[in-house]
Amino acid sequence: MTQAWQLAIGPVGFRLGSAWGRPMTQLRQLYDGYPSPSFADYTARIEPARPWRRWLRPSLAITGDYMIPEALPMALGHGLLALEMAMNLQMALGHRRHLLIHAATVERDGRALVMTGASGSGKSTLAAMLGERGWRLMGDEFALLDLDTGSIHPFPRAVSLKNQSIAVMERVAPADRFGPLLLNTPKGSIRHLRPRADAIVGMRAPATPALLLFPRFGAPTDVRPVGAAEVFVRLTQASTNYVALGEPGFDALSRFALTVPAKAIDYPDTEAAIERVERLWAELS
Amino acid sequence: MSVMQLVEALRDPATTAALDRAGWTALLSVARAEALAGTLAERVAGRPVPREVGEAMADTRKAAREAQRAALWEVEMMRRALAPLKLPVVLLKGSGYALAGLSPACGRQIGDLDILVPRHTLDAVEAALRDAGWEWVKQNDYDDGYYRQWMHELPPLIHRSRDRMIDVHHTILPPTARPTPDAAGLFAEAVGVGEGLAILSPEDRVVHAVAHLFADGDLAGGLRNLWDIDRLLREAADKPGFWGRLGARAQRHQLAKELARALRLAAQLYGTPVDPLLAGPPHWGDRLYIRRLLARDDWGRATRRLTRFGFYVRSHWLRMPPLMLARHLWTKLRRR
Repeated sequence: MTQAWQLAIGPVGFRLGSAWGRPMTQLRQLYDGYPSPSFADYTARIEPARPWRRWLRPSLAITGDYMIPEALPMALGHGLLALEMAMNLQMALGHRRHLLIHAATVERDGRALVMTGASGSGKSTLAAMLGERGWRLMGDEFALLDLDTGSIHPFPRAVSLKNQSIAVMERVAPADRFGPLLLNTPKGSIRHLRPRADAIVGMRAPATPALLLFPRFGAPTDVRPVGAAEVFVRLTQASTNYVALGEPGFDALSRFALTVPAKAIDYPDTEAAIERVERLWAELS
Repeated sequence: MSVMQLVEALRDPATTAALDRAGWTALLSVARAEALAGTLAERVAGRPVPREVGEAMADTRKAAREAQRAALWEVEMMRRALAPLKLPVVLLKGSGYALAGLSPACGRQIGDLDILVPRHTLDAVEAALRDAGWEWVKQNDYDDGYYRQWMHELPPLIHRSRDRMIDVHHTILPPTARPTPDAAGLFAEAVGVGEGLAILSPEDRVVHAVAHLFADGDLAGGLRNLWDIDRLLREAADKPGFWGRLGARAQRHQLAKELARALRLAAQLYGTPVDPLLAGPPHWGDRLYIRRLLARDDWGRATRRLTRFGFYVRSHWLRMPPLMLARHLWTKLRRR
């Protein structure tokens, strides 16, 4: 392997390999300050889609311990994104220690606010913004639900900002925490943002879930309660390993759905959302 | 660190004492690539290992046990679907080992559900499974016709809501392959495991694993198949008359040469106790097989492209006569 590096994110260690130098250099800059563990739970790699595609019209395949055969090859210029996706793939297909929920999480006073929703719901941006305003960012991609204790473990990857949210965050976070701007990716423009130092220092500290939100960007402000049954079903859909975990997964998710209050919030812009989130949080105690 | 380290860890888990954390990282990657991670995790259970390694191994064991539970539930779903037909249904490979509690099952990854039924009952079995929610995997007429005319199994069926695959076999090798196993004999000797289900006899289990390893495929997953053979042999080796019966069954199924090679390779890699008469003298070709079985680097990547390609070509060569092979490859090529 041309370029190799090991990276710990929360409780998970990754061994990363790249056939090209640049994506790995970008990744190491982006994750500056993260621990480099000597044991890795998963190996994630990017390599030429075909042997000659290393030099000739370079095209890369996302792979590792776990892979999907029909994954589309990506452009070398998007190598950093590909490495991120390779790590996601290992988690989504291989991770069994926690119930994985596709959600963004922030923490305050040892209690976690979990936000889940489809791509485009704005949960990443919301979490990133809260992370700049007194909350500890626990992650914008996966919430790791502990099967025994019911707490949430951080998985503070670099936040993946897309399209309009890039400019929103560039106004509040310092330039040295951003990765390169990646144009024309399969998901549009993407720029990664390294979380603040407190998120990295605290990345082994779990938090008790206190509130679940289903944010939806682009509608007038509205808040609705969501019942436990609906929470349960929506979270089974938002989980990548619910089925594979079997009974322990069912138990953990039921407990979460029955004990954590849940609200759906619609919001027209990030400021309105933050104001509403702070108010809901204050009403909890 | 190489894939040989995995072989040694499986054979003698004490060899892992020499591994540092980086060594464990590579070992786990290689084991996953060979579908042997669960097996490895069970083998090293209880051994002193670095804390994070121990956690990863415990996760892997748990995942393998849960996956087996799901695989056995799939067996039960199939059993209910086929029960009205009152057929002899033989479970092959992983799910058979798991249901019967045989030693290869320990930590084993179980993929599709493989069953064996008498050829004349295929239509009824197919209809019963389709009634119970299994559907054809989308494919074209050529593939479908090919399976039905030339393969030892129906085209794969997948369950509509559980998304699990079942392979319905009527014998253990394609009819076009040169050896012709005695399918009726497989049923005659099968051992009941309750409720209308059976597994192959101890000797036929080994012969089937051998057929699967050498006569049907390009040795992908070969280390896992060879591990099955090792476990099956160790479990049966002490039974009086086992080796004699094994030799006779291999003759009967026209797989004596393949059995001999499997015994030599298992003995060489996993230290399996084998009957030297059945295994025969070392053969120059064994080195090629070992080379192919160990073709992986410490990132879990496939290596030795040429060797792999050679075995790929060989797998087709074994499966069909030359003219048919030419026609088959031509059809496949045009479709790409």
